[in-house]
Amino acid sequence: MFRRWLQRNGPRPAAYALLFLLGGAAAWGVPSDNIVHQTPSTFDPHSGPALMIHHLSLFVIQITFTIFIVVASLLAYVVVRYRQRDPNDDSEPPQIYGSTQIELAWTVIPILIVLVLFLTTARILFAIQDQKMPPTAVDVDVVGHQFWWEFRYAKSGFTAANELHVPLSTQQVPMITSLNLLSADVDHSFWVPALFGKIDSIPNHVNHMWFTPDKTGMFVGQCAQFCGVEHAKMLLRVYVQTPDDFDAWVKNQQQPAVQDPAVAEGRQIFESQSCVSCHVIRGTSANGKFGPDLTHFKSRDTLASGAADNTPANLKLWIQDPDYVKPGSLMPAMQLSDDQIDKIVAYLDTLK
Amino acid sequence: MADSTLPIGSVIDLTPPGQVYGTWLDQVHDWVVTVDHKKIGIMYMVYALIFLLVGGFEALLLRVQLAVPHNNFISPEVFNRLFTMHGTTMVFLMGMPLIIGFANYLVPLMIGARDMAFPRMNAFSFWMTALGGLMLYYSFIGGVGLQGAGSAPDVTWWAYAPLTERAFSRGHSTDYWALSLIVSGFGTIGAAVNIIATTLCMRCKGMTLFRMPLLVWLYLTVSGMILVTISPLTAAQIMLVIDRYLGGHFFDSQAGGAPIVWMHFFWVFGHPEVYVLVLPAFAIANEVIPVFSRKAIFGYPAMVAASCGIGLISLSVWAHHMFTVGMTSAQNAFFVLSTGLVGVPTGIKIFNWIATMWGGKIRFATPMLFCTAFLAQFLFAGLTGIMLSTAPWNWQLHNSYFVIAHFHYVLVGAIVFCFLGGFYYWYPKMTGKMLDERLGKWSFWLFVIGFHMTFDFMHIPGLLGMPRSIYTYEPGRGWDTWNMIVSIGAMIQGIATLVFAYNLVRSYFKGPDAGPDPWDAWTLEWATSSPPPAYNFASEPVVNSRRPLWDLKHPEDPDSRYE
Repeated sequence: MFRRWLQRNGPRPAAYALLFLLGGAAAWGVPSDNIVHQTPSTFDPHSGPALMIHHLSLFVIQITFTIFIVVASLLAYVVVRYRQRDPNDDSEPPQIYGSTQIELAWTVIPILIVLVLFLTTARILFAIQDQKMPPTAVDVDVVGHQFWWEFRYAKSGFTAANELHVPLSTQQVPMITSLNLLSADVDHSFWVPALFGKIDSIPNHVNHMWFTPDKTGMFVGQCAQFCGVEHAKMLLRVYVQTPDDFDAWVKNQQQPAVQDPAVAEGRQIFESQSCVSCHVIRGTSANGKFGPDLTHFKSRDTLASGAADNTPANLKLWIQDPDYVKPGSLMPAMQLSDDQIDKIVAYLDTLK
Repeated sequence: MADSTLPIGSVIDLTPPGQVYGTWLDQVHDWVVTVDHKKIGIMYMVYALIFLLVGGFEALLLRVQLAVPHNNFISPEVFNRLFTMHGTTMVFLMGMPLIIGFANYLVPLMIGARDMAFPRMNAFSFWMTALGGLMLYYSFIGGVGLQGAGSAPDVTWWAYAPLTERAFSRGHSTDYWALSLIVSGFGTIGAAVNIIATTLCMRCKGMTLFRMPLLVWLYLTVSGMILVTISPLTAAQIMLVIDRYLGGHFFDSQAGGAPIVWMHFFWVFGHPEVYVLVLPAFAIANEVIPVFSRKAIFGYPAMVAASCGIGLISLSVWAHHMFTVGMTSAQNAFFVLSTGLVGVPTGIKIFNWIATMWGGKIRFATPMLFCTAFLAQFLFAGLTGIMLSTAPWNWQLHNSYFVIAHFHYVLVGAIVFCFLGGFYYWYPKMTGKMLDERLGKWSFWLFVIGFHMTFDFMHIPGLLGMPRSIYTYEPGRGWDTWNMIVSIGAMIQGIATLVFAYNLVRSYFKGPDAGPDPWDAWTLEWATSSPPPAYNFASEPVVNSRRPLWDLKHPEDPDSRYE
């Protein structure tokens, strides 16, 4: 039957059908509409410390690559040159038991290489780790939670989640972003390769990281220390903005939540449900601290810590069944009616 | 019947023990109650091979899940259990029994002893290890607990607190993990004590410490390291269990405990553990490379010194797993230096192996093929290790797929390759049958292709920012193609393993007879029949040099003249 169908329609529809099936299998359950095409390459540094790490890595690669070429060529030479040519030749080759001079040489030379590597590494290590933070630095407390990030801008008096906004640093106006890493539950690790390596966020232990982003735009990263079921979807975004844009963003974040009378009903449902025991919306009775701050929910591009784009359709899916969007997420399905959910979605959609 | 081709012990009864058949039950009983080091060694190896298949199968499931982004082949919960079990299985149930199995079988034979120093403790150690493995896998059934949360452990094999505390890990899966490692750890410690005692007290006449085969030297070092490193692991597991059931707060951050203390305890075990696994691989290379190059090992004293050096330095490098946890710059710098220095004795070893092959007549039978590939792969793994040791770059590479690629390069590229070589080399001694060379070459080349497809390409997504332990990843990150290649390579390795397993079974029944000394080798185990009779040697051998059989085969030019 299939053959007859193939003869009638040619191979192209079959190929499309196969592609569709494969794509369907891969994309099943994915609410993401817009895929961000960005590789968080460690070889594409966009901040001061990341660049220093990059230079160190190039230096180390040069040395190790040279060692590899030299030793691997020796090995290849030995394998080719000294393999047994005549399988019936039973005579034994001359026995050599060692040579102090040669062995001394290949002890001393590696020690020298190790010393060079160590001194280079230590210089960069101290330069990055012991950098003093100026009082003008933008301080953010980064708190890792099971499967999402909290960003506290204590100086400016507001809290954001999952999408970190930081100012651009230029030669004329250097702006250091200084992160204090904390954790609310288990170990996490903050990793945005373009800006810095990763530093762990560990409960009862404050860690520090700083960077000076030199390019505006969005940089992706994610949690790099296994933290539970949804470790894989504890994604991160850092938005580097010009100082003016950054200030405007801060001003908006400092405002209490928008109060749109058109969605008062949604707000009322939100406040009467247990949403309020986990989420903050400043200016309302919602003051729970377990989940992300939603005061300016709509100012974020993604929801569920990057698991889906922040569209009303995805938001509805997310509230209906968080496990569908992000299996293992700690947000419970609230068993609300369709109508209630629609109204909550409409309300949250106004929180610019 | 006496075999005149046997240079030593020509008065032994050469009827192989396998020919004295009883009923099937007699045979099982025989294996269960045995205190013969050879039988215990073989049980260790079979146990390790079974778990190699199990852990390998888990790895294949993981790779199918990761072949494409946003895959739904297995759920995140199952993925987390599988990678935890894969890691724990391969280190504790495959790696450790494999190295101890080879030690059990070979050390007494190589030093001309009749058995291990403590045969009953030897059996006890094996059964403890076996119990630990069964307990860990029982968690699939028993780990659910009253709260119905999870089955097998899902907290990664390094199990960072406080994820393992009861607040975050309900049910009993973590308890199974902790307890089974305590139990198998006791088995490991017993085996180490036994190997040390055997090496120091049971050597035959003339076998001074500096005439021991290098394999024995390496196992002596490894056993010392096991004593130092398994203890902190056991202590940490006990603290964890106290935290979970007796209200302790060692690692419980919610009550002021310190998760970082767990990391120190774990890695002070965990890093030397890597050397505990890799030194036995060196041990095999030390025996195979000289025999197949037809030359004495180059620089025997330097090799001994390098082994002890690695053993000592490796005890001071653990925190290079912790460059990202926020140690001070001075602490970080110390561990950069100590980690770099461990490369020096390792380098000496690689150079000495190449020097051993230099000027030889290398026969590329399967054992030598595996050991040659080991040399190249271990060189590469060592150099990526140097990259990882540079702390600032480590902040980028740590916990990424680059690290996974690096340590699999060591664990598979060096350890598994050497032990496969070891199987091809000593299987004739253990069973009296040769392994099939054609199948051996097939498994070798399949392994090489699969290995390099998997682990060469696995470095790349790590450099492109892909973290480890994730059950799926976003499309559009530039990781897709690499992961697909890696998954295909993993399948090829799976096939290679099956070819190897088939060869083991088939050759046992159909392989040609090996005779006592099929490789024309030089150490004492080849001076007795294959398989060796109970108690190995009828009369205690006497040796005059590091290569007693060379002396016998070349009376005109014995080694003893040059030492």
